[in-house]
Amino acid sequence: MKKWGKAVSFIMAASLVVASLTACSGSGETTADTTAAGETSAAAGTETFLIGGIGPLTGSAASYGISVEQGAWVAIDEINAAGGVKVGDTTYMLDMVFEDDEATEDKAIQAYNTVMDEGAQVIMGAVTSGACIAITPLTLQDGILQITPSGSAEACIANDNAFRICFSDPEQGRAMADYAIDSLGYTKIAVLYNNSDEYSTGLQTAFEEEVKAKGGEIVASESFGADDVDFNTQLSSIRSTDAEVIYVPAYYQAATYISNQAKEMGMEIPFIGSDGWDGVLGTVTDASTVEGAIFSSPFCASVDDERVQNFVKAYGEANDGAVPDQFAADAYDTVYTIKAAMEQAGSIESEDMIAAMTEITVNGLTGDAITFDASGAAEKDVRFVEIVDGAYQYREE
Amino acid sequence: MSLITGILEQLINGLRTGSIYALIAIGYTMVYGIAKMINFAHGDIIMVGAYSLYVFTAILELPAAAAVILTVAVCAALGIVVERIAYKPLRNAPSLAVLITAIGVSYFLQNTALLIFKATPIPFGSIINISGIRLGNINISGVTLVTFVATAVMMVGLTLFVNKTRAGSAMRAVSEDRGAASLMGINVNKTISMTFAIGSALAAVAGILYICQYQSLQPTLGALPGIKAFVAAVLGGIGNIPGAMLGGLLLGIIESLSRAYISTQLADAIVYGVLVIVLLVRPSGLLGKQKTEKV
Repeated sequence: MKKWGKAVSFIMAASLVVASLTACSGSGETTADTTAAGETSAAAGTETFLIGGIGPLTGSAASYGISVEQGAWVAIDEINAAGGVKVGDTTYMLDMVFEDDEATEDKAIQAYNTVMDEGAQVIMGAVTSGACIAITPLTLQDGILQITPSGSAEACIANDNAFRICFSDPEQGRAMADYAIDSLGYTKIAVLYNNSDEYSTGLQTAFEEEVKAKGGEIVASESFGADDVDFNTQLSSIRSTDAEVIYVPAYYQAATYISNQAKEMGMEIPFIGSDGWDGVLGTVTDASTVEGAIFSSPFCASVDDERVQNFVKAYGEANDGAVPDQFAADAYDTVYTIKAAMEQAGSIESEDMIAAMTEITVNGLTGDAITFDASGAAEKDVRFVEIVDGAYQYREE
Repeated sequence: MSLITGILEQLINGLRTGSIYALIAIGYTMVYGIAKMINFAHGDIIMVGAYSLYVFTAILELPAAAAVILTVAVCAALGIVVERIAYKPLRNAPSLAVLITAIGVSYFLQNTALLIFKATPIPFGSIINISGIRLGNINISGVTLVTFVATAVMMVGLTLFVNKTRAGSAMRAVSEDRGAASLMGINVNKTISMTFAIGSALAAVAGILYICQYQSLQPTLGALPGIKAFVAAVLGGIGNIPGAMLGGLLLGIIESLSRAYISTQLADAIVYGVLVIVLLVRPSGLLGKQKTEKV
């Protein structure tokens, strides 16, 4: 009988645990809600302003989240060293908690609840589009200002409290189309894109539409798959057209294969690309294969620009000589955007800061005068990088 | 550029990838013919070959010819070692156990490469520095020429070896009937080791050609060509060496033409569709022997 008693009590204890767990997940949102409100008012008395960062620190997209976290710290340290942010009579020092979301939706929600429990007053994130979309209903419900450094999907900023630093994929595609036709003077353009990747197809669709709208001609639109390494077939098809330039909206590894194989085939058609090309010089075996290629990029660590080089130096010193990528730069600009919004609003309440967002101008690393429209998108000039003598260079217009 | 030139160019593209598939497929087919097992680790031997070449040329800075010979030797030795350690103890085990072991070996090789060389792709300059030629409007790159020549030499050499030498007859005998061959005084273990060595050496050559073509090393680089070559071996009739050559070349050409003239997205579907149709009509593959099962 004694044994039975033990078993019964164990089962009862177990069911209690399960019940309390279920209760937790059911009421998770409301818990976060109340904590957030409580912490915000409590924090107003102190002189720390806490940024809640969310992004992948482990998993397949880890490098993005790590870059964002490190880039944000560079900006935070810089601002604090310069005396913090003055809002009215109070000076705020910035601080950040950063939670791992593994670039998945459910982990992003957990991470959001965690940073809110710790008293975050603004959300920087999430880094990847899917995770970012998953937390937008929660940030809207809590009425907190949310700025994603790098979530490029349209739905990331569908709500009024959500803003974005990077370009959306269609914006970048359109900008490249305008540049190719207006500034570079091409009219017959071939496109070679990855049809199994949302980033690539988003750019390709917008690019082709804009080229046609501008009176240009898409003479070939060839696609490839995720792990393809052989592009000779597509390149042969492109060569049989009268294309003047090839647009490759893809990541640098694919760009490496494509440019190398094009050169081997004796093709002399120049390439234009998207920001995924950043890093291509590290993977090509012969820099002449990408010589003269031009790609749209918000940030490039190796360009000769004082602000960029200061950032690269500070980032490297803080992170064992690592070189920042555009995610780090986006995060850096996110922190400065938060600072500008605090100063403009004269308040650290999300409601006031959200209203101030459309009034601010931020001189960032990813754009000289970044402004935000009511939709939440950043308005900034797209920059173009050209590979000249085996090095990246901003193209001056 | 005319349609004819376009088709010719695509045919050359197809033949080049097809040649590499054929070299790998021969390894699959020889091992199947003799050991009656599908060596799924075969694709990863290509990867080992590619990384060996990288180590010998880029790190140890050996001359190209020496590096190639050493690479082939490393892969041949690896083939023998894998067979001794992983497959030999399972010679009388059910075929499922052998298959799972082969997959295990494949993961082992991939992850070892991952540990040593990390996942970031390593750029690697081609060791073939021959300039291409132009025939009319068609440009054939140096790597393509070397691929064609190397594949042709390997195939002729292998055919002569299998048909004209004593060791070759031993291989054919073991393939036909292992028990009877052993009764005739053929050393079955030695013959199987030799088969693995030759198959792996061919995979090394495929790896070298592959890496000169694509110039980027990563631990999973052997997986996709490995699968394609397996399909090629089945298409040609697994166990049949000329079948593997034909299957590889056909696969490359079908892939290239359907990519160029039908659809990039559907190219793989078409390749596998052809395989399904061939297997429906000729279940033992294009050149495989039709066996009537007696019940």
